[in-house]
Amino acid sequence: MAKLNINGTVRDVSAEADTPLLWVIREHVGLTGTKYGCGIAQCGACSVHFNGEVQRSCQIPFGQITESDVIVTIEGLSSDRSHPVQKAWAAVDVPQCGYCQSGQIMAAAALLKHNPKPTDKDIDEAMTNICRCGTYQRIREAVHMAANGGGAGTTGQGG
Amino acid sequence: MNKPVLQRHLKLSRRDFIVASAAIAGGGLALGMNVPFARAEGTPEGASQVNLWVAIKPDDTCVIRVARSEMGQGTLTGLAQLVAEELECDWSKVTTEGVTPGQNLASKRAWGEMGTGGSRGIRTSQDYVRKGGAAARIMLVQAAANQWSVPVGELTVSKGIITHAASSRTLRYGEVAAAAAKLTPPDAKEIKLKDPKTWTIAGKPLRRLDTADKLDGSKVFAIDLTLPGMLCAAIKDCPVYGGKLRSYDESKVLGMPGVKKVVRVKETAVAVVADTWWRAKKALDVLPIVWDEGENATKSSATIAEMLKEGLTATATNGERMNGDALKAIAEAPKKIEAVYATPFLAHAPLEMMNCTVKLSADRADAWVPTQNLEASLAALSEVSGIPLDKCEIHRHDLGGGFGRRGGTQDYVHQATEIAKSFPDTPIKLIWTREEDQAHDFYRPISQCKLSAGLDNVGNLVGLHVRVSGQSINAIANPNAIVNGKDMRQLQGYYDTPGDAQLGYDVPNLLIDYVMRNSHVPVGPWRGVNTNQNAVYMECFMEEVARAAGKDSLEFRRALMKEHPKHLAVLNAVAEKAGWGKPLPEGVHRGLAQFMGYGSYSAAVAEVSVSPQGKLKVHRMVLGVNSGHAVNPGQIEAQVQGSVAFGLTATMYGDMPVAKGRMTALNFDTYEIMRLAEMPKVETVIVPTYDFWGGIGEPTICVVAPSVMNAIFAATGKPVRSLPLKNVKLV
Repeated sequence: MAKLNINGTVRDVSAEADTPLLWVIREHVGLTGTKYGCGIAQCGACSVHFNGEVQRSCQIPFGQITESDVIVTIEGLSSDRSHPVQKAWAAVDVPQCGYCQSGQIMAAAALLKHNPKPTDKDIDEAMTNICRCGTYQRIREAVHMAANGGGAGTTGQGG
Repeated sequence: MNKPVLQRHLKLSRRDFIVASAAIAGGGLALGMNVPFARAEGTPEGASQVNLWVAIKPDDTCVIRVARSEMGQGTLTGLAQLVAEELECDWSKVTTEGVTPGQNLASKRAWGEMGTGGSRGIRTSQDYVRKGGAAARIMLVQAAANQWSVPVGELTVSKGIITHAASSRTLRYGEVAAAAAKLTPPDAKEIKLKDPKTWTIAGKPLRRLDTADKLDGSKVFAIDLTLPGMLCAAIKDCPVYGGKLRSYDESKVLGMPGVKKVVRVKETAVAVVADTWWRAKKALDVLPIVWDEGENATKSSATIAEMLKEGLTATATNGERMNGDALKAIAEAPKKIEAVYATPFLAHAPLEMMNCTVKLSADRADAWVPTQNLEASLAALSEVSGIPLDKCEIHRHDLGGGFGRRGGTQDYVHQATEIAKSFPDTPIKLIWTREEDQAHDFYRPISQCKLSAGLDNVGNLVGLHVRVSGQSINAIANPNAIVNGKDMRQLQGYYDTPGDAQLGYDVPNLLIDYVMRNSHVPVGPWRGVNTNQNAVYMECFMEEVARAAGKDSLEFRRALMKEHPKHLAVLNAVAEKAGWGKPLPEGVHRGLAQFMGYGSYSAAVAEVSVSPQGKLKVHRMVLGVNSGHAVNPGQIEAQVQGSVAFGLTATMYGDMPVAKGRMTALNFDTYEIMRLAEMPKVETVIVPTYDFWGGIGEPTICVVAPSVMNAIFAATGKPVRSLPLKNVKLV
């Protein structure tokens, strides 16, 4: 049993010490926006914010987490899809299947927090998550849009 | 009027249904469903079902029914646009609701084909869904005319508002939907569809309808499902195809936290069932298992390559097309060119793993599945559970990627149902690991290709022989399609027949033949299927021949394409957009390719540089496509960009070696996927000719690899003849 601070709520969670945070979040806390894609920190579908840094939650064992660790999942990024990254993602119509997009959005949000005006090179280096549908071009466009305060309009024509 | 009319159980037997589903899965039972007006099972809550495709709520919300699967390709939005276009509704009030295979079956399959593969989602249902939208509009307007007692001809309709100008009255769709639903539907033959050039909803780059819940984690993929009392299963199948499960020692894991049971799954696999999936997986990792790997454990990439190589010169063939006498023309030609190409097995690797949740009761079976073929999933559930089809249902979930992996082959549904038999009344969620997914795919077929060409004294191509030696998808998925040993599917893109996957060149003496050489590794359709390998062979060799002839790559092709204006038009459009022939920055080189598949014409120009150390950079790609109509240009652009990522991943990294009979690239550390940093700038040229309906999800992938390979050839002077590039020394 341990106390876990997820999305601003402290909960009592019981799991084996070697259970990856990914599976604690999905199966014990019941938040399924954080995805399993590889289990070896390659794909980034499990990305969460851990003490403000984007981390691949499949590599963080439950036993190493303390109550002082602040965990934010995609569900906690905003209450109403109003985070600038979410708005830009909608405006650019980024997702295809959508499975990787929680992780992509968490990675982009972390990038912009540390670097509000990233260059293409910064985006190349920060956005290393796999998208099998190949939404990379629109991800790049949406990160720039979010950085420039765009993405407010979510109706009308995209494309 | 919302009561389903068809209450009786259908007489269709399970076997009939399975056969029908298999035929669909095998690629092409055209049902010709043209019944957009029948009543059917399953009306959206709180709505009046005007017909199969349209239900309208009192607040004017238009619920458009979608039978096909959505896996990111955008079909859901495109189909809704087509219905809405004819319905003349307010697009901002459109929502969609999926049809389940149980509803379709109970309605005598009134919604038609549900299978989603072969880039058919829109092109093979566009006619009846548009008529469905039009029929609903006609009925809604008629209902208003009846209410006002005026001739229907005096009414106009726009954005879901019906207007009688003479009396300045209006009615909203939501106000007349209930009355409209009671009317006799119009005769399908009398319905005149709009000229696509006048479209205002379809044909526009509208945003997708299914984005919102992909932004905040609230979308429930099948892998995310939680049901009361649910248990989770992890599975291992024999790592060598053809091998069997000999034994396992469950005593080593039964005491582990959460573990409920260890289950043998058919002859080849074992699963651990626990209260959470992680606990099941952890126990499976330490479960002592003894496999009987069988005779295939001696097979390797080398033995398979040797088998394919033999096929390059074999005399007996399994399908061909020919005109003239290619072998003689090449033998007599003053200049001969010959090359052997090879492409590997590839895994689909959709990011959402194979998974399926099944709950079995004494007289009822339910499954929650990411599937490209809902009816094949239903058939699999029924077949394995023994529960009649009409007591089975598949609950729809959009897929976290499909790419051909989750179509006709329902192996994971079979497994989950088998496991669920040991747990009556308990939902069992089976999730594969990434490693299991990579090890037990139905891979893109491996093949080699030997090409020979003859040039005359002025560099004209006088003879061409293309010999493909490789594995057959039909041999695994659809043996009935192999007639008298002939299997033309592996020659996709090389056909003489127009309309679907026709070769765009005329060569005076041409022989293209296929020799089937099957390994123990199962193969299947992989996004773009055989156009991928066949475009590499044809288009890279065409580059070699053009250079041997001393001619420009574009001009050499144009000379062979005079009888193929549609192929040529796309190639020309791409060449123009890319600035073919114009100067490039120092060190940057171009390559081009064109090909046809899924009823659509594609072409690409790639701009690349190769460093002195042999490092490739793809700077820019221009892709062109003519899919006849362009239902959503924004989504076409997205599919083309995605196709570049999918195609480049395969070109640069895609390889699935075989050692000791088993697949060896089991996760993304060894089965690398291209990342954002390597994504080139993609420019999409959409050139619809409005006279046919082609696909979009797949057609442009196949031109990616050859255009890049040809650009590398231009950069280095050395042709690339095998993939992936990570195994090739470029300089």
